Amino acid sequence: MATLVDKSKVPWWVSNLIVPFVNLTLALIVSGLFIFIAGENPFEAVKLIIYGSFGYIEGFAYTLYYTTNFVFTGLAFAVAFHCRLFNIGGEGQAYIGGLGVFLVAINFSFLPVPIVWLLSIAGAIVFGAAWAFIPAYLQATRGSHVVITTIMFNFIAASLMVFLLVDVIRDTAQMGPHTVAIPEEQFFPNFKDFAALFGMKIRYSPLNISFLLAIVASFFVWFLVWKTRWGYEMRAVGHNTQAAIYAGISPYKNIIIAMCVSGGLAGLLGVNEILGVHHKIVAGFPAGYGFTGIAVALMGRNHPIGIFPAAFLFGILYQGGSEVTFDMPNITRYMFVAVQGLIILFSGALENLFRPQIESFFVNKLNREIKA
Amino acid sequence: MEFLSDIASLINSTLRISTPLVFAAMAGIFAERSGVIDFSLEGKMLMAAFVAAVGSYFLGNPWLGLFLAIVACVSLSMLHGFASVTHKGDQVVSCVAINILIIGLTTALAAAWFGQAGLTPTLNEDQRFLEITLPFADSLRDVAIIGTIYSDILSGHYIFVYLAYLSVPLVFWVVFKTSFGLRLRAVGENPSAVDTAGINVFAMRYKALAINGVLIAFAGAHLSTAVNANFFREMSAGRGYLALAAMIFGKWHPKTALIACLLFGFTDALQIRLQGVELPAIGTIPVQLIQAIPYVLTVVLLAGFVGKAIAPNAIGQPYIKER
Repeated sequence: MATLVDKSKVPWWVSNLIVPFVNLTLALIVSGLFIFIAGENPFEAVKLIIYGSFGYIEGFAYTLYYTTNFVFTGLAFAVAFHCRLFNIGGEGQAYIGGLGVFLVAINFSFLPVPIVWLLSIAGAIVFGAAWAFIPAYLQATRGSHVVITTIMFNFIAASLMVFLLVDVIRDTAQMGPHTVAIPEEQFFPNFKDFAALFGMKIRYSPLNISFLLAIVASFFVWFLVWKTRWGYEMRAVGHNTQAAIYAGISPYKNIIIAMCVSGGLAGLLGVNEILGVHHKIVAGFPAGYGFTGIAVALMGRNHPIGIFPAAFLFGILYQGGSEVTFDMPNITRYMFVAVQGLIILFSGALENLFRPQIESFFVNKLNREIKA
Repeated sequence: MEFLSDIASLINSTLRISTPLVFAAMAGIFAERSGVIDFSLEGKMLMAAFVAAVGSYFLGNPWLGLFLAIVACVSLSMLHGFASVTHKGDQVVSCVAINILIIGLTTALAAAWFGQAGLTPTLNEDQRFLEITLPFADSLRDVAIIGTIYSDILSGHYIFVYLAYLSVPLVFWVVFKTSFGLRLRAVGENPSAVDTAGINVFAMRYKALAINGVLIAFAGAHLSTAVNANFFREMSAGRGYLALAAMIFGKWHPKTALIACLLFGFTDALQIRLQGVELPAIGTIPVQLIQAIPYVLTVVLLAGFVGKAIAPNAIGQPYIKER
């Protein structure tokens, strides 16, 4: 048993940089072991990941495209987590958020394009928030655990969307379960178009101006959670509900607002996917990004400054990972789902595994330096 | 008569469909009564399904597959305990990690070893559990009512179905009638009092998690080596969460949890029957909406139309021993 360390003496960079780095390294070592069990060389896999995500301009653009999605879902999980709510329904909220984007884009196409964009973003937020509202309401009033209700709402969202895509809003001229495309002028400007402005000719990649929206969302979350009265109240409820009630803060109100903000952020994934990439609703477009958001948020210690690099790291894993699945027949994209699980395990549940040892090591070292 | 046989087959499928839920709910009762949240039932069930199918395929014996599944699930339970009991990590985060890890790992390994997009090879008759025909089931079939109940409802199930319903009184006895059960419940309600009485809180929680691992392994093996003859991607399909909801709805009590599991099983059996059936006044309900019924029911039950569920007092809190 390591000796207990006085928390105030631990330098910030030890608990916020060194410890997460050690945890991440452990997760990646175990991941390497899994790749070995699957019959491939983990070192070759790392080389492929780095080449796939940085080796050429389109690959890097793909990395940033994935980063965009993970920033949205990571922020979504983090906001709810500050209120001690486990919103693992990002997947369903993003799916329904996409419905909001599509309905606005298709029905308001007579308006000027920038206004349609703003309205579509609002549609994503409102629909995502609405899908989070029922679990939030049940948690606040009936104590129904959001982990179960949000998971159920993921299943319900998937059924509902497949129903809509097959029977209601399907593009009847096509075979697959997807809708018609939104008008072409509403497509978000793509990275390829920007590069063309500077005379660079590159191939297609899904990176689009939603990336800027992800940056805006990060600032918004930082401001909301740490700089407003509501953010303070929400964190107070999350930290100690009884004390918050005693201070006159309503946990009921804060649970609902936190979940709705969280759902709205997850809904923004629909903006990237529909205005930026598919230009229509495709069945199953959230493709697990909602779950990855959990790993991103926990790795980024639920702060936008941490979430952005964590999302970038997962972008590398995703884009590099698809390079790996291309070249290594034994590795499928599910291997990288397992890697996410390991990262959640080591940087979330097992975050205290070596923390006492690491912290006391650095505190003792600093103490010796002061004495010397 | 056709109506009667419809009812009989509906009850028969209810018993079969509820089986993994019953095992999972009983597993959940052990973990949560000891004060450890277990959302990882879903992941463990999936792991058991994978290990049982792969083990049985390579070793040629479903019992060996089941044994390996038990080993795998107990190991995962120990991992959960290591993170949340020993290292006092967040219990829900630990469960979410296990669930995501297992979804990825099982599918990735199935693809790597068998190259069939997350499927394991189909098991032959020697490698899987077969339906058991109870004695005299065939000769009693024509006897009115008794024949229907005995031959069409009770007979012809996989061994796991019988084991699941036998496990309920057993769990009840262990949890409520033995000194082990008393300690188990006390650890979940007031761990410091139990500690004062000289009982090791950590050891109790690990024991509860070990039993939890054994029980949930049966649920997974039922899915991949009995009702199905192989493992496929995400085959647990939310059953771990449904079982947990049933357990909460049953107020952490085996008997009421069993009723909730049967209710889920019945809804699911009904859901399968209703697909494509023309209903009076409503017409045909789209299949996607019918499939969502068990999930909607879960939310409705959790919303607690029968009063608020009171969890064990110390649930979710790591025990910190005073020095």
